[in-house]
Amino acid sequence: MLTIKNLHASIEGTPILRGINLEIKAGEVHAIMGPNGSGKSTLASVLAGREEYEVTEGEVIFKGKNLLDLAPEDRAREGVFLAFQYPVEIPGVSSTNFLRTAVNQVREYRGLEPLDAVKFLSTMKEKMKLVEMDQKLLSRSLNEGFSGGEKKRNEIFQMAMLEPTLSILDETDSGLDIDALKIVSNGVNKLKSPETASIVVTHYQRLLDYIIPDFVHVLYNGRIVKSGSKDLALELEEKGYDWIKEEVDTASV
Amino acid sequence: MATAIKTDILSSLLQFPENPSFSALREKAKAFALEKGLPGIKEEEYKFTAIQRKLEKSITNFSTAQPTDLKADDIQNALPSEYTGDYLVFNNGTVDFELSKLSKQGYEISLLSSSQPSLLGEIAKIKKDVFAAINTASFKDGIYIKVKKNQKVEQPVFLLFFNQAKAGQVIPARVLIEVEENAEASFLENSISLDDQPYFFNQVVEVKAAKNSNSYYSRLQNESKQSLAVSNFESDIYRDAVFTSTVISLSGDMARNNLSLNLLDSGVVGNMYGLYLLNGKTHVDNHTNVDHTMPHSDSNELYKGILADGSRGVFNGKIFVRQDAQKTNAFQQNNNILLSEDATINTKPQLEIWADDVKCSHGCTTGQLDEEALFYLQTRGLGKDQAKGMLLFAFAGEILEHITDESFKNQVTELVKERLGSNI
Repeated sequence: MLTIKNLHASIEGTPILRGINLEIKAGEVHAIMGPNGSGKSTLASVLAGREEYEVTEGEVIFKGKNLLDLAPEDRAREGVFLAFQYPVEIPGVSSTNFLRTAVNQVREYRGLEPLDAVKFLSTMKEKMKLVEMDQKLLSRSLNEGFSGGEKKRNEIFQMAMLEPTLSILDETDSGLDIDALKIVSNGVNKLKSPETASIVVTHYQRLLDYIIPDFVHVLYNGRIVKSGSKDLALELEEKGYDWIKEEVDTASV
Repeated sequence: MATAIKTDILSSLLQFPENPSFSALREKAKAFALEKGLPGIKEEEYKFTAIQRKLEKSITNFSTAQPTDLKADDIQNALPSEYTGDYLVFNNGTVDFELSKLSKQGYEISLLSSSQPSLLGEIAKIKKDVFAAINTASFKDGIYIKVKKNQKVEQPVFLLFFNQAKAGQVIPARVLIEVEENAEASFLENSISLDDQPYFFNQVVEVKAAKNSNSYYSRLQNESKQSLAVSNFESDIYRDAVFTSTVISLSGDMARNNLSLNLLDSGVVGNMYGLYLLNGKTHVDNHTNVDHTMPHSDSNELYKGILADGSRGVFNGKIFVRQDAQKTNAFQQNNNILLSEDATINTKPQLEIWADDVKCSHGCTTGQLDEEALFYLQTRGLGKDQAKGMLLFAFAGEILEHITDESFKNQVTELVKERLGSNI
């Protein structure tokens, strides 16, 4: 579904990603872990099409298309979804209107009829249950005044509405208490299917108790320096990142 | 040479109409205008708005425009669809009762020349602004609307100003509104260009809002790209009265809006809302002034601007709090989004406070569109232009909420959405 080959990206001339290689197949969950500043969020941003990052080398093929050639909105319409680490508050934009526009834009691109008001509302109600969203939140402006947990739940709710094939969760767990974490993870798990895949970017192993990854990759200095099963995450939880840093730093000397 | 031209322009602008009423007032106005002269950019109040130079460049015939051919269709096209209230038609500044619809329920309406109200010129004093003086000297006739004591006028009265250079290019218009004690009324205004020929619209609106009255004045400026307009809107507001002004500026060559709220007693609430969406070379200058003279009155002001291309906006917000005006609450905010490097905004709060127990706040912001919000919307599948339109509308929408009449609000909202959908 997704093939990342030798991906290099920089911001304002500073290289952040220095040759990422990754292969993701339908049905898989990949966890990307790593110390702060290793490039985890950059990878998520580059895949979603954030303009500040310049891809200097490499390619990303998503369902046979060169993802890097597409505008962010077309990536979304193709089925890439980024759950933001810091979802943006947008005063004055009604949550419901925004979502309806988004859903229908995506449907139009995929050759589907737009949802009428009734169908949209019933779909919305159904998907809200996945993350136990309070309907009152949707009568407000987008994310405005939402708590940290509400914002993250809203991300997963939007994901459910947009039905992506590849979801990228950028530190969705950070700042969440255990209850919120369970709700969010539960939502993600229910959306899992043999046709879809997820990239879970996280700093903490904790999330992976709830969203079980098929693969765990450790990112350090802009490269994937170690890959393994979910046991690798447990090892990282126990031993921290220092041993990996040492391994890599020694090897490169 | 230039001086000679300027004097000619001024004396042409100061021509009295035939058989003028209010001769004494006109004489005073003329004398003041001649003494004062047209404002150049060296004049502090007009330093960003070179209206004199614009007049010299755009206008060739400085005599007053004759009424033009106005059809019932023009009026229907100008009114919001679904509008059911009253409307008053001005044809190049001259009232046309035949084309108007006036139920006169709860209010009286008359020509200034027939009712001769002594209030005329008492609120919009000729010395406040030279264009108010020029209007006073030159207006042909005007309208006097009196909302009667204890009456609630259920439907709004819509003032429609149809403008088109004809013979002359100068269009003075004069309105006096008196809202009596405990009365409630809503006024709407739209000024419409009938073609693309340049003209100079010089309008004065005076409002007296008596004790405990409640009145609204919502206005749309969407004139041709050649139009020049100066408006002096002056209001005297008395005890416990609420007055709300909303001004939406969408198009024109150059427009200067002077808006004054004089809070003459306690318990007054004065609200001023404004939105300007400018593109091309449009220049809109909002000079507002709220004068707190007595204790316990509030004023709220919020103006927002979105400026594209080489457009220019000016916001100047004066707040006076006189020594007696203790416990005043005065709030002012001006926010701007610049969509182009060639767009300019000059914004200036001007607070003069002599009382010591007051709450006054003011602020202004100027920025670009929030890139992070834009990216967020794009990652949800919204096209860039659509996302921009949505964000800009979210910014502008707050002002539109203050338009009281639903059909007018819808009309303005559609115009704004159309402009923002194509990113102005």
